[in-house]
Amino acid sequence: MMKKALATAIVMSTAISGLAAAEGTLEAVKARGVLHCGVTSGVPGFSVPDEQGNWKGLDVDVCRSVAAATLGDATKVKYIPLTAKERFTALQSGEIDVLSRVTTWTQTRDTQLGLNFTGVTYYDGQGFLVKKDLGLTSVKELDGATVCVQSGTTTELNLSDYFRANGITFTPVVFDTNEQAASSFDTGRCDSFTTDLSQAYGLRTRMSDPDAVVALPEVISKEPLGPVVRQGDDQWFNIVKWSLFAMLNAEELGVTSANADEMKSSENPNIKRLLGVDGPKGKGLDIADDWSYQIIKQVGNYAESFDRNVGKDSALKIDRGINALWNQGGFQYAPPMR
Amino acid sequence: MKYAIEAALPPPPNTVGVLGWMRRHLFNGPLNSVATLVIGFLAVYWLIPVVQWMLIDADWVGESREACTSGGACWVFISTRLDQFLYGFYPSGEYWRLNLSFIMLAILTAWLMLPNMPFKGWASFLTLVIYPIVTFYLLTGGAFDMPAVDTHLWGGFSLNLILAVIGIVAALPFGILLALGRRSEMPIVRSLSVVYIEIWRGVPLITVLFMASVMLPLFFPEDISFDKLLRAMIGIILFQSAYMAEVVRGGLQAIPKGQYEAADALGLSYWKKMIMIILPQALKMMIPGIVNTFIALFKDTSLVVIIGLFDLLAIVQAASNDPDWIGYATEGYIFIALMFWIFCFGMSRYSQHLERLLHTGHGGRN
Repeated sequence: MMKKALATAIVMSTAISGLAAAEGTLEAVKARGVLHCGVTSGVPGFSVPDEQGNWKGLDVDVCRSVAAATLGDATKVKYIPLTAKERFTALQSGEIDVLSRVTTWTQTRDTQLGLNFTGVTYYDGQGFLVKKDLGLTSVKELDGATVCVQSGTTTELNLSDYFRANGITFTPVVFDTNEQAASSFDTGRCDSFTTDLSQAYGLRTRMSDPDAVVALPEVISKEPLGPVVRQGDDQWFNIVKWSLFAMLNAEELGVTSANADEMKSSENPNIKRLLGVDGPKGKGLDIADDWSYQIIKQVGNYAESFDRNVGKDSALKIDRGINALWNQGGFQYAPPMR
Repeated sequence: MKYAIEAALPPPPNTVGVLGWMRRHLFNGPLNSVATLVIGFLAVYWLIPVVQWMLIDADWVGESREACTSGGACWVFISTRLDQFLYGFYPSGEYWRLNLSFIMLAILTAWLMLPNMPFKGWASFLTLVIYPIVTFYLLTGGAFDMPAVDTHLWGGFSLNLILAVIGIVAALPFGILLALGRRSEMPIVRSLSVVYIEIWRGVPLITVLFMASVMLPLFFPEDISFDKLLRAMIGIILFQSAYMAEVVRGGLQAIPKGQYEAADALGLSYWKKMIMIILPQALKMMIPGIVNTFIALFKDTSLVVIIGLFDLLAIVQAASNDPDWIGYATEGYIFIALMFWIFCFGMSRYSQHLERLLHTGHGGRN
């Protein structure tokens, strides 16, 4: 009986959300004049408020680029900080239009929650930090090493799985929090420290000599982070998806926020199409023809966003690594705009 | 023969002054002497590094983390973001609105609580009816040339205060009604009140907040989205009114039966009896209890961190995740603890003072 009632409720709510989705997120955003974007309540480099209360970060730039594309103004975003538990409800219930909150793309989330991932803004994964002076070049050389790790997490599981699979012996030293694990590594309690790389770089900034600590090249888990939208609104899905593609294509073609205006008169047909001088423009997405120009002008290309938030111009100094463009040894690849 | 009273001899030197006090209170036996020495040693052993870190080695002035070089606490982290910690993301030009509402509250509370102040009836009317309306317009804006400030910009320590004050002010009337209901002789009213009170008292606040933020939105159609702060606030009020009801019930039960009977004998109706005879006496006795509940609620407001509202705790955590400030969380937490301690300690001292002041006639002479 209970089960039946619950099932009915779920069917009802799906029906209601289906109806509402038919109205279109784009129309709702345009009518409201502001984009509702779900972010974290503070993850270094991804979404965090600065001294003036302005949100900054790689995830925040996704919100800004979608706002630039749809409303022509990257500042017209209402940031809604969400905890990990609330994030999907907030999206399902329509409280937010886009979820851009260090969310890993998995099968369950993509298929069972009535949500769609629009792409990957950051390829994260579990990695290892070691002291530079050990001269290590690979995790395989960590045989017999002590590894600092946070207890009771998938990180700990991945660690033992990977080492067992590769026949390497190691001694885990577990801690309640990542901060403790990192500082114990710093004081020399362990030879290595493992966690998701995006976090590892954040914790590295606090170590006594951050430059003496490096990440080993192996990444032992896949954590592709990307923006999420509600399922069933393909138009909105396309807009969010192509906002990221525009930033990636801009980097590939060397168009930045600084040179976007002069590039408009470029002879390169790809750049012309990218900036909406030529080609499909806003057709099909039902947004302004200069949507991609607005993104690049106001937010910048992917490299600019990466460098300023997590990369070389930030305190985190994360390597581009696998997040480099496809033609520079990374995974970031956007379909052409034509 | 002349008799003169001999001047009294001074007390033995080891019973007066610092020495005497120490002898009496710290070293009055071998066991206590050892305990004093051990505790004293531990206190000094722990305190010196703490003081060294917090005060002596600390960095106080600067603009960025580059100013923190001495190895001690980095209070620059707090000072650069103090406005944000106190006011959240409220526009800095509008801070006066928050300040004004808190000053008004302080004045009204003082008026109500200080003895010998005139027009207390008007003051309570102002506090309970006019003040909430004025504050609502003051904080949200959108009228009288004040720009509207969306609730998602509210935060910091002022959010804790707002949640606690609204929680307690709104819960009081509900609490009184529930307490009267629980003591009522009407079976339906009584059982409804009992069920309500026991259900809400049996659920942790954290669950209530989770329900309000995660479950509730799923029950509404997609285009209706309630303000998150409002949802949390309703949750807190519902939760708090159950606790308030129990405090009020305690007050009601402490009133001697004779008072009820005397009121009945005068032929007063139920409401007249309650409003004119019972509640004025009971409320007076409940004030320390209410202040206690308020302190508990005030500390509980930091639980909104789990639903992504930026109260003091959340905003300090967020700030310590700023890539430029990673690693100064300890200073942040000390600051939070200090802020809460100052307020809670102040309130508890005040409630003790009230308790002495209002101790008029119940439970014998004091």
